[in-house]
Amino acid sequence: MASIAATAGGPTRPVRYGSISRNRRRALIWSYVFLVIFAVFFLLPPVYMLITSLKTSQEISAATNPWWVFNPTLQNYIELLSSNQYLTFFRNSALISIIVVTVTMLISVPAAFALARMKFWGSATLATGVFLTYLIPETLLFIPLFKTFAYVYEYTGIQLINNWWVLIVIYPTLTVPFCTWIMIGYFASIPKELDEAALIDGASYIQTLTKIFIPVALPGIIAATIFAFTVSWAQFLYPLAFTTSTDQLVLPVGIITTLIKGDVYNWGQVMTGALLGAAPPLIIYAFLMDYYIAGLTAGATKG
Amino acid sequence: MAQVTLRKVVKKYDETLAVRGIDLDIADKEFVVLVGPSGCGKSTTLRMIAGLEEITDGDIMIGGTVVNDVPPKDRDIAMVFQNYALYPHMTVYENMSFGLRLKKVAKDEIRQRVENAARILDITELLQRKPKQLSGGQRQRVAMGRAIVRDPKVFLFDEPLSNLDAKLRVQMRTEIKKVHQKVRTTTVYVTHDQVEAMTLADRVVVMNGGRIEQVGAPNDLYHAPATKFVAGFIGSPAMNFLPCRLEENAGALTARIGDIALPLPASRTTRYKPYVGKELLFGLRPEHMTEQRPYANGETRNFSVKIDVVEPMGMETLVYFRVAGTDVCARVAPASAVPAGADMPLAADLAHMHLIDPASDLII
Repeated sequence: MASIAATAGGPTRPVRYGSISRNRRRALIWSYVFLVIFAVFFLLPPVYMLITSLKTSQEISAATNPWWVFNPTLQNYIELLSSNQYLTFFRNSALISIIVVTVTMLISVPAAFALARMKFWGSATLATGVFLTYLIPETLLFIPLFKTFAYVYEYTGIQLINNWWVLIVIYPTLTVPFCTWIMIGYFASIPKELDEAALIDGASYIQTLTKIFIPVALPGIIAATIFAFTVSWAQFLYPLAFTTSTDQLVLPVGIITTLIKGDVYNWGQVMTGALLGAAPPLIIYAFLMDYYIAGLTAGATKG
Repeated sequence: MAQVTLRKVVKKYDETLAVRGIDLDIADKEFVVLVGPSGCGKSTTLRMIAGLEEITDGDIMIGGTVVNDVPPKDRDIAMVFQNYALYPHMTVYENMSFGLRLKKVAKDEIRQRVENAARILDITELLQRKPKQLSGGQRQRVAMGRAIVRDPKVFLFDEPLSNLDAKLRVQMRTEIKKVHQKVRTTTVYVTHDQVEAMTLADRVVVMNGGRIEQVGAPNDLYHAPATKFVAGFIGSPAMNFLPCRLEENAGALTARIGDIALPLPASRTTRYKPYVGKELLFGLRPEHMTEQRPYANGETRNFSVKIDVVEPMGMETLVYFRVAGTDVCARVAPASAVPAGADMPLAADLAHMHLIDPASDLII
């Protein structure tokens, strides 16, 4: 009893508690400061796009506060969405992106499975080779590609230039290596015993891939899908170089070439077009983000 | 009906020999445990039986058929892995039925077989859960269930209990034995734990350095090891080995250990006679060195030593002392143990002694 009483009396000298929580609070404050700075820095342009898209051309050129809309109007949206031209750009972009994503996944998932799991002569070298392809910048590639297309026309008569679908052939050269690389990493993280168990259970390589690897590596596949979609949706250089007729253009190039006439910038519509163009990737991110979280393999083996 | 036969099986990785030509006959319904230190080739052997590793040379037969080039799925085997290898995106039911669904077995039959296996393993209420909602022991049961459901010719276990904590391991060990008594499937079980090997096996295969050291029933290995390796590997704490010299005095043999002369049992005289005058290793298990108590066989030798370390285990106490420059362990009754530093009278039961020829490492 005596010892308990002594403890309950407490120390006579005040003890400084809470230095850990004070450190933590300081760290949190700084985290917030920088997060806010970055958020403002990155969100200002889209906000400015939104504000400008709601203004008439008169108001944009008027010397009023650029950060405020005095006479909000949906005129820009109505005009763009009822313009066949803009809808054609949108359709081209959407078709290209969807087909490229599909083609990319159809190639890179089996390729990654083969490179990660079916040990064959040269598989490691091949895997590195796949990644190295990705390191060549597209700015170096578009002129040789252009030349190649000219040769193709010369020898076969097939005109590749100025056709929107040629981008479906080109984009996978950017997306497949990177997506394959991502998927090799994901597949490599799946324990070896899992495919051995499937092998003993009687699964073929294809069944192991479709019934075990793809479901387990779903977060990786979604990451790769998002990447492939973003690359093909936002690609600017290749469509600028390879397509010229307005009905063959994709969204980013279309907005620049048709809404800017000479030195006349139709700012309201440019901003509206860009804002609408940025919507699909945003929506896709929002939907797939939940799956993007890893941890699906938890429980396969000892956690 | 599935005996497993290995004939001169060799596995070579590049230039290293993992398995150096082993022969083994496993009878139908038998439970055989491959045991040995890590890197002894036991897992490789199991994986070769499973078909997960190609064999470099020799033959493997399951149920009388050579399966060297038969893919795993056609060998009619089931395997339980150390880390369970459950499919994380499937429920327990789906995990267990995966193999049957691939074989396109009728739905009703699948249900019946899964439920039956679940009943044997007491996991019926877990069938709709995902692996990540299960504890380690439950996952191990599911992994076994997946094997049982397939009703294979051979069960293969690759260190299935190594990831479990000590208490659960003992529990699951009994569980595995019970399951084998119920389903009676030929089983090959790999472990590095000699206790697991002893408790589970009909026959134990002790492997070392890619070779089989000895094959035998657990008690045979314990009482009559063939090599120094087996003698030291089976039993815990391990057998004491002391360098000795065999001497003959008027027809009776003695082992001279340092300055101690130990008269050997008369029954061993003919067996040891050819080795008189040679430097040998004297082996005796800790459990055969106890406090002095009446032994019936008349082969005990009493001696007294200064105890260095005392380890109480509850039901018994381990005492350590030095003889001729070597640490020696003895198991004594807790009541008769003395504190460290004190002298203690001990008795060695030489009916259980072994002599080893260091040239061949064989028990003589």
